[in-house]
Amino acid sequence: MDRQAGADSGPPGMDAAADWPLAVYRILRAEQVRQVSYVPDAGHARLISLLRQDPEMACHVLTTEEEGVAIAAGAWLGGQRSVVLMQSSGVGNCINMLSLATVGRFPLLMLVTMRGEWAEFNPWQVPMGRAGEPALAAIGIRTLRAETPADLVASVAAAARLAFAADQQMAVIIAQRLLGEKQW
Amino acid sequence: MVTPPAGTLDRRAVVAQLLRGRGEMLVVSGLGSPSYDVHAAGDHDGNYYLWGAMGAAALVGLGLAQAQPGRKVLVITGDGEMLMGLGGLATIAVAGPANLVIVVLDNGHYGETGMQRSHTGFGLDLADIARAAGFAQTAILRDMDAVAALADTLAAAASGPRLYVVKIAAAATARSLPPRDGVHGKNRLRAHLGLNVS
Repeated sequence: MDRQAGADSGPPGMDAAADWPLAVYRILRAEQVRQVSYVPDAGHARLISLLRQDPEMACHVLTTEEEGVAIAAGAWLGGQRSVVLMQSSGVGNCINMLSLATVGRFPLLMLVTMRGEWAEFNPWQVPMGRAGEPALAAIGIRTLRAETPADLVASVAAAARLAFAADQQMAVIIAQRLLGEKQW
Repeated sequence: MVTPPAGTLDRRAVVAQLLRGRGEMLVVSGLGSPSYDVHAAGDHDGNYYLWGAMGAAALVGLGLAQAQPGRKVLVITGDGEMLMGLGGLATIAVAGPANLVIVVLDNGHYGETGMQRSHTGFGLDLADIARAAGFAQTAILRDMDAVAALADTLAAAASGPRLYVVKIAAAATARSLPPRDGVHGKNRLRAHLGLNVS
């Protein structure tokens, strides 16, 4: 049987961590996520591909990230769980829309790939790389930061449980160091 | 842009007409007067009233419509609210939910903030934008006969999302205030659908 990382299955093994997009995909499946929203990021490319290949996942490509926050609220109203994928630059686009999640106490699971914080070549990525986590904290979103693949897999499982079982608004911050330097 | 003719319809009469035979339909209302209009037409457990998160209404409708494919979802919002979520029309068109209908109550103005003209008041056509994005059906409605005809087709099968712009008068109406607690509204709608409320 395939290894499956979940909140109750203990620390994920090395093979799960080595292919973290697959491990994260399996967590989302196990948590019965059915709607996926994303503005693409290179760091999310494999996860997006896995999700799009799954006929049970309704995948929404967004024009701007805050749309995903609203879709997640609507999905929950209708009885479905949702995940929102974005890059750190998209966090800034979301801020006012996140009031919907916090005021309505809507379960929210965001997976944020970071730019502008580790071996970044593009100065335009730096401001939201710096402001992303403080901005999320200021609006009332709890963040779990992952620096290694194993940490990421465990954090997604924990955040999914906090979101969908405990009605929390969660963002897993995926460190740029984990994703690797963007080749340019 | 050419300044369009002003709308004349009474917003409360429009919304009452749209909801008169709502049946199983779920309703999401955009912040400000559309939420008051939907409340004034009769509070209902199948309503979710937004009081903020400007630009959210159509996309909350999308998530709800995808989660409840067996029910019609009607989003009732204003021109300013829809304009803030304009990109969402592209997202909704790509997703293509046949059970989603968006009605924009268009007075060409930001009514909550002192009646400043909006983009539609300067001539922008939201129905054209939705049509270009790929909505299955769009129209501009200027009289109550057209609104009554739309009400009759809300529950009908469709090939994709629909958007209708209803040209209403830019007149102040009495407030009819739904509960402001977003948690209450969420749990009420979920209970209405037979879902766990937390």
